Amino acid sequence: MTLNSKIPAGPLATKWTDYKDHVRLVNPANKRNIDVIIVGTGLAGASAAATLAELGYNVKAFCFQDSPRRAHSIAAQGGINAAKNYKNDGDSVFRLFYDTIKGGDYRAREANVHRLAEVSASIIDQCVAQGVPFAREYGGLLDNRSFGGVQVQRTFYAAGQTGQQLLLGAYSALNRQISLGKVKMYNRHEMMDVVQVNGKARGIIARNLITGEIERHSGHAVLLASGGYGNVFFLSTNAMGSNVTAAWKAHKKGAYFGNPCFTQIHPTCIPVSGDHQSKLTLMSESLRNDGRIWVPAKMEDAEAIRQGQKRGNDIPEADRDYYLERRYPSFGNLVPRDVASRAAKERCDAGFGVNNTGQAVFLDYASAIMRYGKIEANRLNMSDATDAKIREMGKAVVKEKYGNLFDMYMQITGDNPYETPMKIYPAVHYTMGGLWVDYNLMTTIEGCYALGEANFSDHGANRLGASALMQGLADGYFVIPYTIGEYLADDIRTGAISTDSAEFAEAENAVRERLNFFISNNGSKSVDHFHRRLGKIMWDKCGMARNAEGLAQAITEIQALRKEFWKDVKVPGDQNEFNPELEKAGRVADFLELGELMCRDALNRNESCGGHFREEYQTEEGEALRDDANFAYVAAWEFKGEDAEPTLHKEELVFENVKLTQRSYK
Amino acid sequence: MNLTLKVWRQKNSKEKGQFESYPAKDISPDMSFLEMLDVVNEQIIENGKEPIAFDHDCREGICGMCSLHINGRAHGPLHGVTTCQLHMRSFSDGEEVTIEPWRANAFPVVKDLAVDRSAFDRIQHAGGYVSVNTGAARDANEILVPKQDADEAFSAATCIGCGACVAACKNSSAMLFVGAKVSQYALLPQGQPERERRVVAMVNQMDAEGFGACTNTGACAAECPKEIPLSVIARLNREFLRASLIGK
Ligand code: SF4
Ligand code: FES
Repeated sequence: MTLNSKIPAGPLATKWTDYKDHVRLVNPANKRNIDVIIVGTGLAGASAAATLAELGYNVKAFCFQDSPRRAHSIAAQGGINAAKNYKNDGDSVFRLFYDTIKGGDYRAREANVHRLAEVSASIIDQCVAQGVPFAREYGGLLDNRSFGGVQVQRTFYAAGQTGQQLLLGAYSALNRQISLGKVKMYNRHEMMDVVQVNGKARGIIARNLITGEIERHSGHAVLLASGGYGNVFFLSTNAMGSNVTAAWKAHKKGAYFGNPCFTQIHPTCIPVSGDHQSKLTLMSESLRNDGRIWVPAKMEDAEAIRQGQKRGNDIPEADRDYYLERRYPSFGNLVPRDVASRAAKERCDAGFGVNNTGQAVFLDYASAIMRYGKIEANRLNMSDATDAKIREMGKAVVKEKYGNLFDMYMQITGDNPYETPMKIYPAVHYTMGGLWVDYNLMTTIEGCYALGEANFSDHGANRLGASALMQGLADGYFVIPYTIGEYLADDIRTGAISTDSAEFAEAENAVRERLNFFISNNGSKSVDHFHRRLGKIMWDKCGMARNAEGLAQAITEIQALRKEFWKDVKVPGDQNEFNPELEKAGRVADFLELGELMCRDALNRNESCGGHFREEYQTEEGEALRDDANFAYVAAWEFKGEDAEPTLHKEELVFENVKLTQRSYK
Repeated sequence: MNLTLKVWRQKNSKEKGQFESYPAKDISPDMSFLEMLDVVNEQIIENGKEPIAFDHDCREGICGMCSLHINGRAHGPLHGVTTCQLHMRSFSDGEEVTIEPWRANAFPVVKDLAVDRSAFDRIQHAGGYVSVNTGAARDANEILVPKQDADEAFSAATCIGCGACVAACKNSSAMLFVGAKVSQYALLPQGQPERERRVVAMVNQMDAEGFGACTNTGACAAECPKEIPLSVIARLNREFLRASLIGK
């Protein structure tokens, strides 16, 4: 099968408008006869479910949590970008498009990204109309802030809980449709497989997580909005339940997987504290606006700190290495995420890490506290203020700006960041890769769509801050409601899809067999045991820096681990009950397959770009070295069987509107 | 450190439950409370028994999925902190820790420590929204909202729907939860057209779900991990009264 991205012809700026003018429509009476299944109720899923129901389709929505409001979009802190130009600072659709393409290191599709930038403004309008309480100025207008290495202020926010507020907005729209009977909501249900009839996605098999019942659900189209796969690393900032299962099942049934190796490692997370660690917590990127990042310049100081004999405050100014300021004088502590993460790893690998694991660097607010304190003293005409007084006033300012984050840090680590420098380390945060989709968001399975983080489409090799929320809502509110008509227009006479067919029976049986296997397998090790080991392989060999030798080893190791898992995994309890261990087993089984594909993809991509850093491909100064002549393509992988090698398909990326340059932050 | 856990075990909503004791050995003070339960569960699995079921997801205090009554307090001993953010340094070596599910008629136990909070969803279905279809919105800055109102609406909207307010209340009242949502919309211009209809519908649904009446003891706000203030209940009462007077 050759890939057809279905990008509309014509100039970039009018593609989407022209497309909408000519896309096929389904009339309201016919929409009533069409059923749509949506898996996942985060920003993409909830917004799609609400909007499609408003249009008149019958929607069935599924989430594994006890309420759609708990989807992991809720944890996004910083903000959402939109090209509103409310600040009159020269922002435009083109600039948002350009920044996103460049930020993604030229590995995203121009047409999709431009469409994203075009609909961004409508998202803000929609959310405000729903009653989302964005931050405002005294005049009552919406406030903006700048974010992640961009030169305009285009980020809308609601304190540090923007994701929560946007998700609750989408949830409220969803609730309205549930109350009107247009959406049927299935909480605590997990999608176990997609069902294809005559090559088209026509339903899913789901498990009721409370009773263990296996259910068949049919629909004319299946939308996967099931999020990203960062938990393949075991430790990530994702929620505990975030998983790849829905996307992976579709992949095994014929949906190609795009750029699986593109993962984002976020530089400012709270470091691992010990073997018991179950997940990692992100500290908003905004902390880098005022904090300075450093490690000791002398090896003996670093060792003393690791052994608890010295503390950060004991190291004199002259013996500190502010390595970001040293390496990137013009951007300093504000370099993009991928660059900041790699620089921290480089210092720690060289032996300068500062906690007992050696995997942490300092994020220091001491000079920001003094700076703000002096500004306060000036403002209050206190020319004779003592250092202690200045420090006290500075702390108050920092508390006002970052109090929430400092509290969270204190809560988790037990350290007081007002008095001693915080310790941070990069952690897996987001996955740019995902199911390959065409311009309509359709995967290579007819009638099966992927939305939000679950697809690969808009962020290339690196996502900019405040762009994930934008993409999830763009896909759900403003893209899929149009593009799905193109497909469903052919289904107005199909009638309800029966679940009594052989295809449904076969899929259900396979699901049952697998569940029974887990329950009856007499293994000796818990699911988490295998998940941790997989995570370690992925982090060491397919994490922040990768090389051919390590990746090849990782592939062999994962294959062996997978064998061991199927032989020795132990799942307590029964199938017919609430059984979280059984849920985990299914998810980890899929991660064990995905992990191998990620390594294959990383091994194939002989270049460094965005979050993908291959040690063999770097400049003399240690910066990422892209290879546009050979790798300006999307790697779309076709599944060929559990023990067979996948087939690589390439979608060449054509850049007609931007010039490819080396990203430089020196 | 070493602790003893007294944990509520209950097979499902139909069967009776009882407390069982488990040792929690070699617990690091840096572990979160749920990581401590993970460790205990791995031990239970190794011994061939069924692990303790509990709800959780984000483990960073925002999704509202975790619950747990710890030593008689919703989300444990600290103020303004969810169970998932609680760390073991808040406990001492040798302590006995009692862990129960949320107790309320409207929150039936699903298994062990996990309860069914879908009543909260149904209250939201009744009116927790502004009726605006996608695409029907005007430019965002055409709606002016005074900063103070926006900030207050935001504070109310930070409720995570965890249900601790109900669990902490001796009457199992959901007034803090409902008051938070009603306040958010009552404070914003977008909420005005459906203002009366919304509060009446949500309160009726709350009653139908079997939540108790409010007798102003304030335990809800004291235990709320997001520090939703009691003033949202006052506002809820005013809004309800106002709607009744207007007769909508
Ligand atoms: S009001 Fe507080 S305690 Fe009640 S559900 Fe909301 S966050 Fe939880
Ligand atoms: S697990 Fe999400 S709030 Fe505790």
